[in-house]
Formats: sequence, C-alpha cells, structure tokens
Amino acid sequence: MTAVVASSGNGGPLTRKGRKRRTRKTSTRPLLGLAGIIGFLLVWEAIPRIGIVNPEFLPPASEVLIVFVQNLGLTAFWVAVMQTLISWGLGLAIATVAALVLGLTIGSSNFLRKATHSTIEFLRPIPSVALIPLAVLLFGVDRGSALLLVIYASFWQVLIQVLYGVADVDTVANDTAKSYGLGRLARVRYVVWPTALPYIMTGVRLAAAVALILAITAELIIGNPGLGHQIALAQSGAAIAPMYALVLATGMIGVVINFGMRLIERKFLAWHSSIRGEAIV
Amino acid sequence: MRLATRTAYLLALPILLILFWWVTTIGSTSFFVPKPGELSLTFVEVWFGDRFFEDVVPSLTNLVFGVLLAIVLGIGLGVLIGSVRWLRALTEPTLEFFRAIPPPVLVPVLMLLVGINDTMKVAVIVSGAIWPVLLNTIEGVRAVDSVLDDTARTYGIGGFARIRHLVLPSAGPQIMAGIRQCLSIALILMVISEMFASSSGLGFTIVQFQRSFAIPEMWSGIVVLGMIGIILSFIFQWTERRILAWYHGLREVENAG
Repeated sequence: MTAVVASSGNGGPLTRKGRKRRTRKTSTRPLLGLAGIIGFLLVWEAIPRIGIVNPEFLPPASEVLIVFVQNLGLTAFWVAVMQTLISWGLGLAIATVAALVLGLTIGSSNFLRKATHSTIEFLRPIPSVALIPLAVLLFGVDRGSALLLVIYASFWQVLIQVLYGVADVDTVANDTAKSYGLGRLARVRYVVWPTALPYIMTGVRLAAAVALILAITAELIIGNPGLGHQIALAQSGAAIAPMYALVLATGMIGVVINFGMRLIERKFLAWHSSIRGEAIV
Repeated sequence: MRLATRTAYLLALPILLILFWWVTTIGSTSFFVPKPGELSLTFVEVWFGDRFFEDVVPSLTNLVFGVLLAIVLGIGLGVLIGSVRWLRALTEPTLEFFRAIPPPVLVPVLMLLVGINDTMKVAVIVSGAIWPVLLNTIEGVRAVDSVLDDTARTYGIGGFARIRHLVLPSAGPQIMAGIRQCLSIALILMVISEMFASSSGLGFTIVQFQRSFAIPEMWSGIVVLGMIGIILSFIFQWTERRILAWYHGLREVENAG
C-alpha cells in the first residue's frame, strides 16, 4: 500500500519544484492554521451556548479546556498517560522486533516468501479487535491483554513493509556483494538493510499510530488501566467535561506520537536521497 | 505443472498449520482451544440461521453505510480543501489533530450526542474512518502534476470536467491508499461500537459468548470477524485493480524501462 503511495508523486521533479515555490510564497501559513484552530474552538464554544446541542452533552470549549489544564497538574492523569504509553511502547517494540526478524528471514528466501504469501495475506486483514474476547479470557485486565491486541495490530504493518523493502533490493548490488565474498549476514547488514530501512520506518510509523488506537481500545473495552479506562469511567459517571478533556488528551498524545515518529524517520533517513512519499493514517 | 507448484505454494502452509492444530488438540481437553472439527460444527450451528440475519446483517449494513459515507464525504471535502490553498492552510492543523485522536474514544462521545442506536454506530464509523480518505485526498489533489494542470487550464478545461478527468485520476492512487486504511478502521469501529454499548450485533454477540464462557462459539465469532476482514480486503483489491488499472500498467512500464 505504501509502496503504491511512495511512487505516486506523478512526474517527480516538476511536482517537487511546484511544491517548493508554494511553501516559499506562503509564510502566512502557520498563522492561517492557528486561525483555523481558534475558529474551530469558537464554533465549539458557540454551539452549546446558543443551544444547538444540549450543553450537558457537549460542554463549551472553555469548560473542557479548563479541565484539561487542571488535569495537567494531577498525578492520577499522568499515571494514566504513562500506563497507556507503556502498553503502546512495549507492544510496538515487541511487534517491530518480531516483524524485523521474521521479515528479513522470509524476505531473503524466495521459497519462504512464496510459501508464506497466502498465509500472510489471509491473517493480515483479520481485525485485531476480533481478539478482544480471547485477550480477556487469557489475561483479564492485565497489561497482557492490551499487549496482545497492540502487538497483533502493529506486527502486520511492519512485516508487510519489511517484505516490500527486502523485495526492493537491487539484484546487481546484491550479486556484486556476493561476488566480493560478503557472507549472508554481511549482505543483510550492508545491502538489504539500507534498502529496506525507508520502508521499515514507514511501517513503524504507521504501526505507532495503530498501536495507540489499540492500546486505547483495550483500555476502553476491556478495562485495562490507562487513559481509555478513565474515559469510560468519566462517561459512565456522567462527568462530561472531564471526558471531553481526556479525549483531547488522547488527541494530543496522538499528535505528539505522529510528530515524534516523523522526526525519528527524518533523523534515520537523513542520508537517503529522498524521504519516501508517505501514507497518512 | 506450473499450476501445480503454484497451488502447492498457496495451500501448503495453511494445510500444515491446520494439521498441526488438529494433531496438537487430538487428545487435549483444553477448555480454551477447541478442536478443528468441533469449531467448524459450532460455526455452522451458530452462524447459519437466524443469528445471521439478526446480528451479522445489521452490523454489515452499518459498516457499508459508514464506509460509503466516509468515502464520499472524504473525497468531496478533500477535493474542495485540496484545491483551495487558503482553505487548506486554515484547516490543516485542526484536521491533523482530529486524525490523531484514536477513533475508539469517539464511541463514548457519540453515545452522548446521538444516543445508542444504529445512527450512532454509523456515525462512529464515519467519524473514525473519514480521516485517512480526507487527508490522502487533500494530499493527492495538492500534488497534481503542475504541467498537466496548466495544460488543462490552457485548453479551457475547468470546473467539473477538470475534477473528473484531471484531479481525481491523478489523486487516485493516494485516495485508494486512504480507502484501504479507512476499511480496516471502519471494521474495528463497527466491532467496538457494538462491544462498548449495544445489545445486538456481531461485537456484542461475541463478547456475550466470552462472558458466558461459550468458548467454541466465541472462537467461531472470531472466525466470522476474520472472514469479514478478508472478504473486505479482497473486494478492495479487486476494485482497486479495476479503478487503477492504468496506474499499475504505467508502473509496470516504468519499472521495465
């Protein structure tokens, strides 16, 4: 999927030139963006105040923002954030390592790739939420159940990208390395890895977003401790403004994760001639 | 001969896995892992009958409505926002934020705003699944080849014809990538909206099985969800191949050259 997007910058250089010209011209961009956010908050403030929606169901923006800021001073809030982030990070790390090991093994053998193709294509579209009942049975509200969902969901994202990346290895480069006497491991390190890295980074970035979704889902549905569970509690306790404040907080975490992953990608791929086109989750 | 090896590659591993499952459970009395035969019997028993119409069909109807709405709204808004520069600059940070909100947290929010009914479930699906389509469309529209764009302008092609023949095709690959993500998110949200607050539907039924420790039934429900995911992905791939046939052809030529 991302491979499709990667090469969709139709007519590469021309488009890129056009883009550059545009960004240089519009130095008012951030200002407009800020205006957009303020405008959105104003509309949100107005809707319950005018009475289009009952303020009991949608409190005005100002109320929610006050609770949000208050939350930032509460230890309980940060504990919940940490719980969510630990499930997220641990799950993402395990999934990435597993996908890398399996992906590099499968990808470097033609036989394995052909033999596993149908199974992978079959298992991949199975929605991870289908595993929720199983996770509950096995782990209850322990972190294990959240991890199971997070790992299952993010594993496929990375694995597919690793396989694409390994398939993209230049045969001439690989054969050259072979005839210079580079062993299997050395070839993985010096030929396969640099080719696959951009794909892997895309996979990890997509997986990071999916992992957050599943971590929150587990907390919301199963009741693992964390932000999602806090939202469910606030909702059932009719603490409406706090609930919206927590939803805002999950959005903030999502923004920070997206931004952080982009930063990491840039850093790791600084050597790469073009940071590949990227899909948006 | 070639067909035989291809079929062997296709089926060998799945058959091996099922054999492994069958052999390891042959003498086991494990409560959690059903035997293959037992599971397929339960599957037929549970899902072929009334339950199919009572739980599966309504869930799928919500899913289809939600996905279609998300795609239509996403592409429509995306083309609009993508073609108007100031609008894009104005909305970009706000949209980035909405995209970053994990969609499941919208379930309790929409429960409040809409109530617990089918509208809520469709609304949940739309509100979570629209973002990949919307943002990918904006990105695709923005990246329309400027030479093609200028040519179209010179020939006086504007308005609807420009969108139909220039903007949508060139944003097509990106839009399809967005729709693919939209599908998997929509399926997740369909299940979650039923698990969190509902008294019917696939998600609810499966959780109900798990709560009453009807383990083979629960597994059969997991299989149903998996099958829906797989069928969706096949439908998507088939459609994508038809819509983007020109694009795949172009890439093949480019790669060969």
